[in-house]
Amino acid sequence: MSQSALPRRRSFADLVARLPLPKVTIWRALAAAVIGVGLVSMIRRFALGLGATTNLTDQYPWGLWVGVKLCGVAFAGGGFAITAAIYLFGVERLRPIARPAVLVAGLGYSCFIASLIMDLGKPYNVWHPMVLWNHHSVMFEVAWCVMLYTTVLSLEFSPVVFERLGWSRAYHTAKKFTIPLVLAGLMLSMMHQSSLGSMYLIVPNRLHPLWYSSGLPIFFFVSSIAAGLSMLTFAFFLAHRILGRRLRRDILQSLAKASVVVLGVYFVMKVFDLLYRGQLGAIVASGIEGPLFLGEMLLGVLFPMILFARSAVRNSKNGLYYTSILVILGMVLNRMNVGVTGFEKSSGVHYFPSFEELSIAAMVVTVGFVVFGLAAKHLPIFPEDYRRNSRLEHH
Amino acid sequence: MSYGILFDSVRCRQCGGCVDACKVKWDLPDRDPDKLSENTFTTLEIHDGHPVRRMCMHCENPACVSVCPVRALEKTPEGPVIYHADRCMGCRYCVIACPFSIPKYEWSSAVPRVRKCVMCHDRVSRGKKPACTLFCPYGGIQSGPREEMLAEAKRRLAEEPDKYHQHVYGEREAGGTGVLVIGAVPPERLGLPVNVGDDPLPEKTWAALSRLPGVVGVAGAFSLAFWWVVRRRDQVRAEEAAAFAEREEKARARVTRREKQEVNS
Repeated sequence: MSQSALPRRRSFADLVARLPLPKVTIWRALAAAVIGVGLVSMIRRFALGLGATTNLTDQYPWGLWVGVKLCGVAFAGGGFAITAAIYLFGVERLRPIARPAVLVAGLGYSCFIASLIMDLGKPYNVWHPMVLWNHHSVMFEVAWCVMLYTTVLSLEFSPVVFERLGWSRAYHTAKKFTIPLVLAGLMLSMMHQSSLGSMYLIVPNRLHPLWYSSGLPIFFFVSSIAAGLSMLTFAFFLAHRILGRRLRRDILQSLAKASVVVLGVYFVMKVFDLLYRGQLGAIVASGIEGPLFLGEMLLGVLFPMILFARSAVRNSKNGLYYTSILVILGMVLNRMNVGVTGFEKSSGVHYFPSFEELSIAAMVVTVGFVVFGLAAKHLPIFPEDYRRNSRLEHH
Repeated sequence: MSYGILFDSVRCRQCGGCVDACKVKWDLPDRDPDKLSENTFTTLEIHDGHPVRRMCMHCENPACVSVCPVRALEKTPEGPVIYHADRCMGCRYCVIACPFSIPKYEWSSAVPRVRKCVMCHDRVSRGKKPACTLFCPYGGIQSGPREEMLAEAKRRLAEEPDKYHQHVYGEREAGGTGVLVIGAVPPERLGLPVNVGDDPLPEKTWAALSRLPGVVGVAGAFSLAFWWVVRRRDQVRAEEAAAFAEREEKARARVTRREKQEVNS
C-alpha cells in the first residue's frame, strides 16, 4: 500500500496498528524503571512535604539534591570552555564537538534546575529572585546566572533545531549571534561556576576545614573545566557505543591533553591551599573526611592527570574512556564532599539520603542521559549527522 | 536606633516565664519546649546550673539576611530580623548560614516556612516591649535600645565583678548582635557558640562577590580582544592569500601573453 493511496483521514486503529515495536534492551528497561520509581517518589515528595520524604533536618538542611545541583553545573563546564576555545580563541580543530558540548552543558543545567525544583520548599516561588533583588546574596547571583546562561545555551543550541526543521532563515539569523552568545556564556559561567563555591564562604564553622577555603570560588571554576571535558569525552563514548557515532579520537586526545593542564593547576592550587591554611594534618585526623578528601584528590585528580599525561593512555580508546570516568567520579566526590559530607562533623548528626531522595536524584540523572541519547539520535549533533543530510551551509 | 534584649544568667531564676510568654504570643503548640524548632522560638537551657536563653540573636549584620536570594529575611531599622513567608522560596540557605543555628524549617508542612524569633517586631515597632521581656520579675531578661542594654550589662559587670565573667556576649560576636548575654561563667560554658568570630560573616562572601564583576569584566574584555586578533589574523591571511593568488594569476597571464607574442612574431 503506497503512501499516496492513503486517504487523509486515517483511522485510529490503523495508526495503532502501524506503531513500531520498541526495542527492549536492558538499559532501556533499567532507565524506564528508574524513571518510574522516581516519578512515584516525586509525587510523594510534593504531596507529603520534605520532612516526610527526605532525611533533611534543621541540623542537615542541605542534602543529596544540593550535591546533584553542584554536579550538574560542574559537568556543564565543557559548554563554555569548548565554545570559547573555538569561537573566541580560534582553536578550529575543536569545531566538531561544539554541538555536543552545548548539548551536554544544557543537560547539566537542566539537572540543576530539576533538582532545585525538588529541593525548594516552595518551588512555585522559584521566580522570586527576578523581582526581589538582594545583590549581597550569592544565591541571588546564582539564580540570575542560571536563568541567563540557560537562555544563552538554548540560543546557542537553536541552530541545531532550526537545521533539523529546515528553517534556513531562522538558522542563519541565529548563527549571526554566535560570538556575543559565546562571550556572554563565558562570562556568565565564570560568575556562576565560581559563585557555587562562594555560596559556602558563609559557613566557615560548618564546612570541614579540608574543604572550607577562601579559594572555593576559584577551585569550583577550574575544576568545572576538567569535569566538563571528561563528561564530554564520556558523552562521546556513549554516542559512539549506543548510536554508532564516530569517535573523534584526535579531538578526545586534545581534550585529554588539556585535562592534564587543568587537573595539574587544580591539584597544585589545592595542595598549596592546604599548606597555606595549615590543614594538611586534617587529612590524617580521625573521621571519614580524610579518606574522602584523599579519594577525590588522588583517584579523581592526580591519578587521572598522570594517566592522561601518558601518550599510551591517550592513544588507547579504553585509556581515554576509563580515565575520564575517574575524573568524573572524582568531581562527583568533590561536589558531594563540599555540599553534603563536609557538614557531617559540625552538624553532630549523621545524614544519609532517604529512598525518595535517592530515587528522585537517580531519575533526574537518568532523564538527562535519556534526553542526550534522543537528541543525539534525532538532531544533527555529531558531525556525520549534519554533513550527511544538511541542506544548510556549515562553518 | 536599634532595639536590644539583655539576658542576665546570674539574675535569672529559671522560671521559664519568658518561654511561655513567647508560646502564648505566637500561638505555638506546646511541643518540644526544650529545643528550638518550628514550634519553639526560644528556650531556657541550663548548663551546669547556669541558665541561658537561646533565641535569634538579631545580628547587626545578619548572615541570614545577606544570603537570602529573595529578601525574605529583613533587618528592620528598629533592630529585629524579621521574615516574610510570602517571599520565601524555601532554599534554606538561611538555615545553613546562621552561625547561631537559629532559623528552623517547617519540615512537617507541604508548604513550609522558616520559623524563628522575630523579637516581636509587631510590638517593638509600636514602641512596646517584646513579649518575653514583659514579665520577668528578677531582671533576668529586659529590653530597650541596644546601647542602653549594653551600658546596663557593663554596669552590672563593673558593680559586681566577682559575680560575673567579664564579657558581654554579643557586643562584638559576629559583628555585634541585638541580644546580649552576661553570666557567671564564660559563654562556652553557657553553651553559646564561641567560634563565630568578631567579623560579620557576610563580609566573607562580599569579599569574593564584590570582586567578581571586575574579574569577569577583564576576562571578557581579554577574550573579546583575543577574538579580534584571531579574526584579524585570519583576515590578513585570507587577504595575503588572495593577493598572492592575484600575483600568480597576473604572472601567468604575462607569461601566456609573451608566449603568444613569441608565437606570433
